[in-house]
Amino acid sequence: MLKRMLVVLLFALSACGDSRDHSHAVYMLVDTSGTYAQESAKAQLIINYLLGTLQPGDSLAVARVKSRSFSEKDIIAKATFDSRPSQANAQKRAFRDAIDNSLKLVTPSRYTDITGAMIQAAEHLNEAGAGRKTIIVFSDMQEELDKVTVRNFPISLRDIRIVAVNVVKLNTDNVDPRRYLGRLDDWKKRVEAAGATEWRVINDLERLDAILARS
Amino acid sequence: MNNQAWMVWPENPAVSVLVLVVLAMLFLYAARKPMHALIHSLGRSAVGPLRLGARWLISAADRMAYRNRAVLLAQGRQEVGTRIEREFERIGALVTRELQGYPTLQRKLLDEITRVEEDYRKCGEVPPPPPDWVDAVTAMASVKGGNEMVLRVLEEIRRSVNSIHDKALAEYRRAYEGRHKILEGFMPFWRSLDKTLGQVDRNIASLHSSAATLDAQMEKYEEIVSGSDKAEHALNVSGFTQFAIAALVLAVAAGGAFINFKLIALPMSEMVGAGDYITANLRTSEVAALVIILVEASMGLFLLEALRITHLFPRIANLNDRMRHRILWIALTLLVTLAGVEAALALMRDMLIADKAALLQSLATAAQPAVTDGWVGRIPTAGQMLLGFILPFALAFIAIPLESLIHSGRTVGGVLAVALVRIAAFALRFAGNVARHLSRVLVNLYDVAIVIPLLVERVAAKAPKRAVAPDVDDAERTHA
Repeated sequence: MLKRMLVVLLFALSACGDSRDHSHAVYMLVDTSGTYAQESAKAQLIINYLLGTLQPGDSLAVARVKSRSFSEKDIIAKATFDSRPSQANAQKRAFRDAIDNSLKLVTPSRYTDITGAMIQAAEHLNEAGAGRKTIIVFSDMQEELDKVTVRNFPISLRDIRIVAVNVVKLNTDNVDPRRYLGRLDDWKKRVEAAGATEWRVINDLERLDAILARS
Repeated sequence: MNNQAWMVWPENPAVSVLVLVVLAMLFLYAARKPMHALIHSLGRSAVGPLRLGARWLISAADRMAYRNRAVLLAQGRQEVGTRIEREFERIGALVTRELQGYPTLQRKLLDEITRVEEDYRKCGEVPPPPPDWVDAVTAMASVKGGNEMVLRVLEEIRRSVNSIHDKALAEYRRAYEGRHKILEGFMPFWRSLDKTLGQVDRNIASLHSSAATLDAQMEKYEEIVSGSDKAEHALNVSGFTQFAIAALVLAVAAGGAFINFKLIALPMSEMVGAGDYITANLRTSEVAALVIILVEASMGLFLLEALRITHLFPRIANLNDRMRHRILWIALTLLVTLAGVEAALALMRDMLIADKAALLQSLATAAQPAVTDGWVGRIPTAGQMLLGFILPFALAFIAIPLESLIHSGRTVGGVLAVALVRIAAFALRFAGNVARHLSRVLVNLYDVAIVIPLLVERVAAKAPKRAVAPDVDDAERTHA
């Protein structure tokens, strides 16, 4: 009887509830090209932080950035956490195990297709239909494409936050810091032109809370 | 647009300004009377409605105060009447219980007194009088001479007397022993008598105390019925005190409800999901937890109504005893069930938090040793479960301060509303006075602005008088 009462009450409340989706979908791109593949331990740290922070009902996907990354095959693990906290915790444990196993077997790729990975991420997030969408790019943001791959066209990142994490300085950046600053500035202009709601760079891994914080 | 368009002499701004000021002054002087009339009229049109509004508000405040007084006295009459009724019931019960057995008590007392009297009479028996041979001994003792015969007789008498004396003494002692025993037998009767009289004394004292309370209540009732200011003031003070106490208790209960909410909000997400939102920041699980707490409070309300402790729902109070008992048991059963659910949810909360902590620990980079708390670690869990079970029952009692708050709220709200209306009336009256004085100030300011033409007018007004006066005299002289 009590359960019935509760269901009726909740039904009545949900009828006048907020129809907006409050879930948060996060898509993390992990650069595995060249020497950056050595940074995978830090990527694991960020994924663990995300697993500890995301709430039941949110979703998380982790994908590799390789020579050509506009493909679902590059997704290492993805999950939409159950709305029940206990089930969500079990899913998070399984996700962590999957990531641990996959990142151990990472082989460095020759080129870095960040744009293709972003298009794939945007498609995935738009399909998920979450209320808040975030793409985390764990990369040095140095895009390198082979001659065949075409990525120089406008892309759409409407209503998506882009957070670049651990954007390490390359040797050439050390010679001329304007290269590094110019690279970041170019990416900022590009994602803002693509309709992204926010562009943020986080290099200090002690400030991971800023990844999911709204500006 | 040319900035110098207003200048009469574009090359000379000072002269232009002067000319314009003079022209404006002349115009204002010409329009003085109509402007004064306009300002006065505006002032009056503002003052009139404001004063009217103030009067209406004061009248409304008086009506509200009269109504409040009537309601307050009626409430007080009902309350004190109920209290007097209760007191009469108490005295009736006391009289029935204690004085119903009074004839028996009196008979018992009389019996005990009669018995004591009889025993006392028995104690009053005197010892046997000395035998007649005392006189014979006295006669023999008065015989003179040392006759051996007499000595032997006396010796014989002495022996007999001693023997009789011993017997008499023994008899006397036996008699006194018997009387002592009778007196000793008095003790329980005296004690019983004392106890019975003590009981009677207590009953009478209790009756006396109840009668005194009743007298005080009756005095209060008479004052309320007569509608005296003292009674109204006392009822107002009582209302405010009750309101403050009830608000304080409800605030404490709200604290308890908050703790209760915190206990069950997280585990409710296991039941209804954590992803649904009612508003942007309000989860469905939180609302569900709130609903459970409110349902518990409602069940408590019905329980106390069915027990006739509170009287918020006359429909429940008017039910027959059978239906009332049914409602009582239903409310109690639901309350116990909800308390059980809360205890289970509190346990689940603890498990969820432990699970989350374990997950976070496993996600941490540095592996931390698992802490085994043993039975000490279970104390918080047990405490949470206990709180989860007890808090619904504690919340059930908010019906009492709630009723008090609602009843006293009428008094407090009425007094505050009257005060508010009076303040509004004062504000309107004040605004009216300000408007009246403002119109006067504006008239004076207007005159200040045209002070030069006014001075000229004054001078001109004085000059013709002197010139006209001789004309009048001439006219009079001519007439004469």
